[in-house]
Amino acid sequence: MSEMKKVIMLGNEAIARGAYEAGVKVSAAYPGTPSTEISEYLVQYKDNLYCEWSPNEKVAAEVAVGASVVGVRAMCCMKHVGFNVAADPAYTVSYMGVNGGLVIVVADDPGLYSSQNEQDTRMVARAAQLPVLEPADSSEAKEFMKQAFELSEQFDRPFVFRTTTRLAHSQGVVELRERKQIEDKPYEKDIRKTVMMPGNAKLRHIEIEKRNLELAEAANTLPINKVEMKDTKIGVITSGIPYQYVKEALPDASVLKLGMVNPLPRKLIEDFASRVEELYIIEELDPVIEEQVKSWGIRAVGKEIFTVQGEYSANMIRRAVLGEEPNFKTPAQVPVRPPILCPGCPHRSVYYVVKKLGLHVAGDIGCYTLGAVAPLGVVDTTVCMGSSISSLHGMEKAKGKDYIKNWVAAIGDSTFLHTGINSLMNMVYNNATGTVLILDNSTTGMTGHQDHAATGRTLQGDPAYAIDIQGLCRAVGVKHVTEVNAFDLETLEKTIKEETARDEVSVIITKTPCVLLSKGKKPLYIAHEDKCRKCGMCMKPGCPAMTRRENGTIRIDDTMCTGCGLCMDLCRFGAIELVKAGDR
Amino acid sequence: MAAKNIMIVGVGGQGTLLTSRILGGLATAGGYDVKLSEVHGMAQRGGSVVTFVRYGEKVAEPIVEEGQADVLIAFERLEALRYAHFLKEDGALIVNDWRIDPIPVVIGAAEYPEGIIETLKKDYKVYTVNATEESKKLGNPRVFNLIVLGIAAQHMDFTVEEWYDVIERTVPPKTIDINKKAFDVGYHLVSE
Repeated sequence: MSEMKKVIMLGNEAIARGAYEAGVKVSAAYPGTPSTEISEYLVQYKDNLYCEWSPNEKVAAEVAVGASVVGVRAMCCMKHVGFNVAADPAYTVSYMGVNGGLVIVVADDPGLYSSQNEQDTRMVARAAQLPVLEPADSSEAKEFMKQAFELSEQFDRPFVFRTTTRLAHSQGVVELRERKQIEDKPYEKDIRKTVMMPGNAKLRHIEIEKRNLELAEAANTLPINKVEMKDTKIGVITSGIPYQYVKEALPDASVLKLGMVNPLPRKLIEDFASRVEELYIIEELDPVIEEQVKSWGIRAVGKEIFTVQGEYSANMIRRAVLGEEPNFKTPAQVPVRPPILCPGCPHRSVYYVVKKLGLHVAGDIGCYTLGAVAPLGVVDTTVCMGSSISSLHGMEKAKGKDYIKNWVAAIGDSTFLHTGINSLMNMVYNNATGTVLILDNSTTGMTGHQDHAATGRTLQGDPAYAIDIQGLCRAVGVKHVTEVNAFDLETLEKTIKEETARDEVSVIITKTPCVLLSKGKKPLYIAHEDKCRKCGMCMKPGCPAMTRRENGTIRIDDTMCTGCGLCMDLCRFGAIELVKAGDR
Repeated sequence: MAAKNIMIVGVGGQGTLLTSRILGGLATAGGYDVKLSEVHGMAQRGGSVVTFVRYGEKVAEPIVEEGQADVLIAFERLEALRYAHFLKEDGALIVNDWRIDPIPVVIGAAEYPEGIIETLKKDYKVYTVNATEESKKLGNPRVFNLIVLGIAAQHMDFTVEEWYDVIERTVPPKTIDINKKAFDVGYHLVSE
């Protein structure tokens, strides 16, 4: 009996629900906006399935591959750049195919709300010859997940499930169903399919080309690719969230909405194109559909009038297609409000000392990337997960060990365990002398506080061995590992000076939990107007709780202050005082 | 009915996500089709954040675009100014009369605009409250957003009972009473 209950769900929650209903048994992921919440919602079904945080996306993908090989439905979830980390298993499992259905959920970020690039997963998936489904709202997200597992098993292909930030973080109405009882598929050893050495892989390559052609043929009649014929003056081929903008902007147009965006249903597209006067292809980011359609000799308008950057909107489509200017008042010119380190963030304290010492920072991916912006402005580079340590090493090899005394690498605990540890092994192995700061706030911060291998707790809430980061660094051969409280300015300064001067690899772990993790009553600081000399020392770390009054003295916003005390430590005139007792 | 378009804007960390959950629950309980769009991740770290809520018979896109908002709820003055042009001609602008300096202002690279409320009143129907101060009087500065929602409720299509229901279902059990009280303060506030 179906429950048929209607609820409102975040796109990511609907994906988790779809996986549950599809009978998924194993899921692995590394947190990454906008994909993180899938696993956080999935864990509510832990009585029926297993889910975990893996240290990185490559590991997560391989966990899912293993589960699929032995015959259960499995998935892994990641953001678009995480798919690069998982590319190695993804490209080859594409050759292997599946036993139990296998779905790789990848979340793109058009508009770069929380990412370092704007890459299009459909391009990566095409290169890996992986089929791709793309839903357009929460309801489809749930249904398409179930479709993805069905198709995966039917065509023996791992499927990529592509979402974008707007889908992942939008809520919509979803109808709940019961979980499908899926029998485990028997595991029968067949190394021609599961050992990808040249002789086997060569044959698999031929096989998957064939499967993809079959899938492309089937795509012409799959109900997830649907034609909505209306006025034939304007026809639009679209998919995902842009479909919704098309419905708002061009309610009378005929639409071919693709639920499967790789491979494309050629006959369906050719037929649709022949029935409309003007064909538009409306897709965010890269011209993936457009280039293929045009390569078949079909006349269409796409990136000539639509951007490859950022998110689309109905207003944008009205402007581009109809030449209609939306009616609204001129936006006010106002100061920007970029994201910043939170009041009480331990990274602020560390960066304050680094700045005071005039050091450059090879940075990494996490909240601490925000140390790049004023007033701290200490971070010089940010590329990808783990790159701080390896790029610092490259700088030393380029310019010598004295040059690198003016640099440090800065990386968070979760990012260190993700891929940073490999880079540290490389430093030790290749006789580096640089200094690495591990900003250990005991969580995966930016994505909203997920556990990792050093927190002592799993995604499912079970206790686990907490990897000792200090011990790990020593184990790979770093002789000089120091742990310092991030708010102990004096010790921190002394330690950084000593370690950067050293002609050997060293690691400084600044260990202070993320301020958002600490609950309960917090101490509070106030700034006395009469004692304040307006010197601005306390303002240097750029705490958002601190502002100047009209007369130039400092005021601390008591709704924002978390009581870290950094400002008090910097004030030479005793103008800042603790007003409520509590632990520092 | 045509979809009703609501926006909530503020500074990351001010609780826009809780507010959107309340509005989403409210519209779902009312039997409407609903779509909401939120900001997670980096922008939540003190950046400018915006949440869209749309409800009606059938809703396609999950965002509200320029010139389309029926109600704009701003948890901070500067953010009200930043997004005011999203309002319809006769839309209602509800502003928490509170200032949080963005980092360019903190470091002296930009000025916080003076007279924001007066500026907005020239072009829009503005309802203001210093909800942050009002909520401190209730004993918990974090419930300020329910006060602001209370004012917004005056411009929406739901009964007090429906609001109470969704508050009870959404906020942590221990804070139900104070959140309802905060809602009442806003709902009965006459501001112009």
